[in-house]
Amino acid sequence: MQRQLANMKQSLFDQGYLDEQFIQLEELQDDTNPNFVEEVVTLYYRDSVRLIQNIENALDKNPLDFAKLDSHMHQFKGSSSSIGARKVKIECTQFREYCRAGNGEGCKRTFQQVKKEYATLKKKLEAYFQFARQAGPVEKACRPK
Amino acid sequence: MDPMSISTSSASWKSGDGVSDQFPAGLRVLVVDDDPTCLRILEKMLRNCLYEVTKCSRAEVALKLLRDNKDGFDVVISDVHMPDMDGFKLLEHIGLEMDLPVIMMSADDSKNVVMKGVTHGACDYLIKPVRMEALKNIWQHVVRKKKHEWKDKDYEQSGSVEDGERQQKPSEDVDYSSSANEGNWKSSKKRKDEEDEGDERDDTSTLKKPRVVWSVELHQQFVTAVNQLGIDKAVPKKILELMNVPGLTRENVASHLQKYRLYLKRLSGQHHNGLGNSFMGPTDPTFGPMSSLNGLELQALTSTGQLPPQSLATIQAAALGRVANNKSAVSVPLVDQRNIFSFESPKIRFVEGQQQHNNNKQVNLLHGIPTNMDSKQLAALHQSAQSFGNINMPIHSQSTQSNSVMGQMVQPQSRAQILNEINGSHALNIPSSVGQPVFSQAIPSAVLGRNGIDNVRVQTHASVSQPSALVDFSRSQRAEFPGNNTFSKGSGGFIPNYDVFSDLNQNRTDDWGLQSVGSAFDAPQHSNLQGRLDVAPSVLVQPGFSSDQRRGHVRTPSGNKVAFSAADGLGNNTNLGQQIKAEDMGFQNGLFPDQFGQDDLMSALLKPQQEGLVPVESDFGFDGYHLDNLPV
Repeated sequence: MQRQLANMKQSLFDQGYLDEQFIQLEELQDDTNPNFVEEVVTLYYRDSVRLIQNIENALDKNPLDFAKLDSHMHQFKGSSSSIGARKVKIECTQFREYCRAGNGEGCKRTFQQVKKEYATLKKKLEAYFQFARQAGPVEKACRPK
Repeated sequence: MDPMSISTSSASWKSGDGVSDQFPAGLRVLVVDDDPTCLRILEKMLRNCLYEVTKCSRAEVALKLLRDNKDGFDVVISDVHMPDMDGFKLLEHIGLEMDLPVIMMSADDSKNVVMKGVTHGACDYLIKPVRMEALKNIWQHVVRKKKHEWKDKDYEQSGSVEDGERQQKPSEDVDYSSSANEGNWKSSKKRKDEEDEGDERDDTSTLKKPRVVWSVELHQQFVTAVNQLGIDKAVPKKILELMNVPGLTRENVASHLQKYRLYLKRLSGQHHNGLGNSFMGPTDPTFGPMSSLNGLELQALTSTGQLPPQSLATIQAAALGRVANNKSAVSVPLVDQRNIFSFESPKIRFVEGQQQHNNNKQVNLLHGIPTNMDSKQLAALHQSAQSFGNINMPIHSQSTQSNSVMGQMVQPQSRAQILNEINGSHALNIPSSVGQPVFSQAIPSAVLGRNGIDNVRVQTHASVSQPSALVDFSRSQRAEFPGNNTFSKGSGGFIPNYDVFSDLNQNRTDDWGLQSVGSAFDAPQHSNLQGRLDVAPSVLVQPGFSSDQRRGHVRTPSGNKVAFSAADGLGNNTNLGQQIKAEDMGFQNGLFPDQFGQDDLMSALLKPQQEGLVPVESDFGFDGYHLDNLPV
């Protein structure tokens, strides 16, 4: 089971869903905070709802306020990068490019991608944590850092 | 762990006496970030470094924490983009008030933003996502800052400055570390002028943190040198050579230059976009503290009674707009009321300028304007100051105080000293943006109401319009200076707040002659003014008020508010806004050092302000003198 867990994690990295930052989070996990990574990821998914909503709202406006869009996305991107959400971050960067170029359509399109990656990662991480919990504490101790 | 422990567990190393064995464990960090995910991660990382972490998601709350717990933190880490307050504004505030090392962080790694961080005095800039390794080393900034302060102090000491006061000033009067400023002021005065201006405070003897005190004269020399070289070409080495001041090091000049540029940048704020980041000198963490002085300084000045009532009256009158006759010189000082924080220092300077009699150096407040101002200008200022004094009278409950405040302001050095003491050197840095004479009208009343400090503001305002001479300087200067407000550090001369008033005055640019003055302030306080430079003129005025405060008059804090708002209004520039806010707060503190918990005032002020003052500008009513509002 532990091996399965390790494989799950490895594939997340291999597929580019997660990056180095996620490892940083794992390194922070210790006995005093044994569920630190999950805690942070949960916090992220909870808080990012409003960030995404901000962007949605801004995208509904007409005309588009690119500065505001960029600012909102900057926030969201920062948050996403802090948990190591690599693909999400990439899409965010693309979004900001479109913002700077004043390309409304590009922004809207890219935002769909952002949301897609965001949702995909969420599912994968949920599965991962669930599995981790099942694998039990022993597994944690063995988890390679 | 106890996140909120503001204990002094790390005090030992903090004092710079030496590093405790545990160092850097126990380093007290305040981390500010609106993103809860990042905040949580940072907190954990910092805890893993064995630091004592306090986390905060709002800038205002962070400021309150800092103010409530002076010396409770060693370093602050703040995000750049926050909804309630711009990270740079927070940076300025902290610099002005507390002189703590501040590390900025952001996911934005574009050069401009990083540059902005540097120019605003950040000790470091981290790119998010932040890694553990980056956090592990933050303690170096704390040590470096302290070390730097010590080093500067040594220099000063050699100059037989008596600064002692500078650092020591008890914070009772001032919530923030204005004490340092005050001391600085005083000492600088002493050192530089060797006159007896009446430095009441001369008691400081234990300089905890040696710093070069940028007295009005010194600042004036500095500004002259910078002008001669041209702001773009002004390198510390050349400036040092031109100044030809024994005992002054290139580092001193460099850090002062940095502040000055920031200051100018602030003043020009909207005018110049690309100013300044070229500050040269090493990033001087002390940059911030300067501004805080302003408010305090005034108070100090006021309280000390240094300022002759008439000068105060003059200033007030000037501020009110009477200045028209006066001569612009006055305007400069007034401006700063607002910047309470940083202005205070400049104010003092300004006042000094006013007071011709005290020292001719006083004029130095304007010192930034050396080119433009000459003694007669100072005289004009003086006059303005005088008029202000009158104005102030009504506003201040302590009418006498007002006058005295004004008088104080006018008084050369002594005032500054007082203010310094009180404020801890808000670094009256005169905001380069001085161009905001705006407050001349409105401010005076409003300002006056506040605590005398208000008056100062008002005056500045008025004076702003007047002193074209001064302004000229600033104007031209502004363009040149990137607006580094490093200058504010102690330069008192800058009246950062003044910018806020700019709305009121058109002259803004002109008045800012004070800028130079601000520089003078720079020395003592480093913390303040970085941003404050804007209001140079008012700053000067303020000192008078500070003194007032000292007297123990309880000025209604509301006054500060007024000023504060005014500041906001003026604060066209974001800087200003911030400054003003900060200044107000600072001012408040300075004003009521004994009585009010500045924090309270500040908090109060902060609340409305949240964002920075933007709206205030016109709303504030500088236009209309909000005297009524001022409870005085």
